[in-house]
Amino acid sequence: MTTSLRPEQPVSDDLTSPLEPGRALFTTSMTTLSVVFTFFAIIPLFSVLIYVLIQGFTSLSPDIFTKLPAPAGTPGGGFGNAIQGTLLMVGIAALISVPFGVLSGIFLSEYARDDRGIIEVIRFGVNVLAGVPSIVIGVFAYGVVVLSTKTFSAYAGGFALAILMLPIIVRTTEEALKLVPWELRLGSLGLGADRFNTTARVIVPAALPGIITGVMLAVSRAAGETAPLLFTALFSQYWIDKVGQPTASLAVLIFNYATTPYADLQRKAWGASLLLLILVLAISIISRYVFRRRF
Amino acid sequence: MQTQPSNQLEAPENLTAGGGSLQPDTIARGVFLVAALAVVGTLFWMAFVVARDAMPAISKFGLGFLVNSTWDPVVEEFGGLTFVFGTIASSAIAMLLAVPVGLGIAIFLTEDFLPEWILTPIAFMVELLAAIPSVVYGLWGIFVMIPIVRAVETFLNQTLGWIQIGGKSIFGVPYGPGLLTAGVLLAIMILPTIASISRDVLKAIPRSLRNGSLALGATRWETIFRVLLPAASSGVVGACILGLGRALGETMAVTMVIGNTPQIDTSIFAPAYTIAALLANEFAEANTAVHIGALFFAALLLFVITLLVNIVAELIVRRVSLERN
Repeated sequence: MTTSLRPEQPVSDDLTSPLEPGRALFTTSMTTLSVVFTFFAIIPLFSVLIYVLIQGFTSLSPDIFTKLPAPAGTPGGGFGNAIQGTLLMVGIAALISVPFGVLSGIFLSEYARDDRGIIEVIRFGVNVLAGVPSIVIGVFAYGVVVLSTKTFSAYAGGFALAILMLPIIVRTTEEALKLVPWELRLGSLGLGADRFNTTARVIVPAALPGIITGVMLAVSRAAGETAPLLFTALFSQYWIDKVGQPTASLAVLIFNYATTPYADLQRKAWGASLLLLILVLAISIISRYVFRRRF
Repeated sequence: MQTQPSNQLEAPENLTAGGGSLQPDTIARGVFLVAALAVVGTLFWMAFVVARDAMPAISKFGLGFLVNSTWDPVVEEFGGLTFVFGTIASSAIAMLLAVPVGLGIAIFLTEDFLPEWILTPIAFMVELLAAIPSVVYGLWGIFVMIPIVRAVETFLNQTLGWIQIGGKSIFGVPYGPGLLTAGVLLAIMILPTIASISRDVLKAIPRSLRNGSLALGATRWETIFRVLLPAASSGVVGACILGLGRALGETMAVTMVIGNTPQIDTSIFAPAYTIAALLANEFAEANTAVHIGALFFAALLLFVITLLVNIVAELIVRRVSLERN
């Protein structure tokens, strides 16, 4: 088409002119500024990672998993009960939130075409729920569970974490289902399956890795959450012997120990942070590869 | 993502077998719908419970709660003014820092300053900032950030300490834990929200707009400021408001570095207190009905503020993404 253009011929000198100094300066300074800003944003990430790695690594030992916290000032001890408590409460939270979250995600993805209006309302509600501060969720769980059972418990903590996980699970499930090729649905329907059978036997199995990744992402976020546990699960120095009593967790342990003046407790806080960071970062990186977008 | 033909799922009526309305398919749809409605219903349940338990305090203190700056569990007098001040002031500092930096990052990551294989990992790293648990930020804040901030505060106090409001310095006595520390930490935490949503919005602007501007002789940055940013403005504003919502409700990191002192001081270095930090510190130990009621009132306040902020942000972001599709 453009045979008349001869790109090999340089533009003649009188057609180009250098920018006026003011504009040139503006361009250079803005470019520099945006590079500097980006650089500044990355510093905290590396600073947090490096400090947690160095400080946390020295306090890691097998004792951490098998022993109870030692009293302040006495060396040794671990926080096995906090690991146990975090696992228990995240487990309770998953039991509550996974069924509701996954079913909602299926509804949003697979039934979106005939229920436009209601889909919009639900998606809006899920996004707003995701924006509710985690401390308010804790207050809610206190009002619902702690006030009625009259005790701090792993149930209350698990309930709070479940609400926190819900929006993440709904969104990731919807996203995972949307990644399933459209032809699969057409093929299944073409073979005579109804929509429920198509969803349950073809689409959900195909999206299962994505759905599981989403649940893991929610679990990792819940494991790091502190605010909803402070006055629902409280904390405990002992192993769990029943679910209906105050329960320790890694996140609350970090908060409690970081604000004490004792160096050995502070080191345990770094150790617990390292465990949480490994969990959270590993799952974030995995989910990045599965979804190719963020949550 | 995929463009999907809208009506192909529905087979014509005369081709489908069976008749009754209670087919398994209908039941399944009902179950999915109920689950989804339950998720949304949680919001209303939450509003109801928090408001119900705040009732004793609402009827006792009324709107005077908002202008009273005394918080004294011993004599059972409760006012939320200092906490509202701390919440708004720390978030304002965070926004002042995070909006320009976040926008700068978003522009840097959408413009072709560097090849894509370098930009993608950088974008991912910025997003990873959002994955670090709040309490770990708090721990890092106490042991790493506060010493640095204290040094900066000492310097600012010596050089700019003469700037005053009503006879008191804005850059007063350096403390370490305080409004500025909390604001900076909050800025780091909301940066990924602002940067990555703004980046999405900027990326969605049609290429032709940029080309047109460049063809008219504008430089790269003239194009960014006069064409791209105006075109992306509502999405960027939405991203910033979402960031604000995060900052207002952020609890653990702020509680650990703000100093937890209920006061209103002119100095941005002074310790302060936020609503979220108040709840974190006092809820487990409150034992009188009035005290618990007052805490629920404070929680309701925070809930309503963040709810409004998030709804506005959601509406703006949604409108932008609808226009895009």
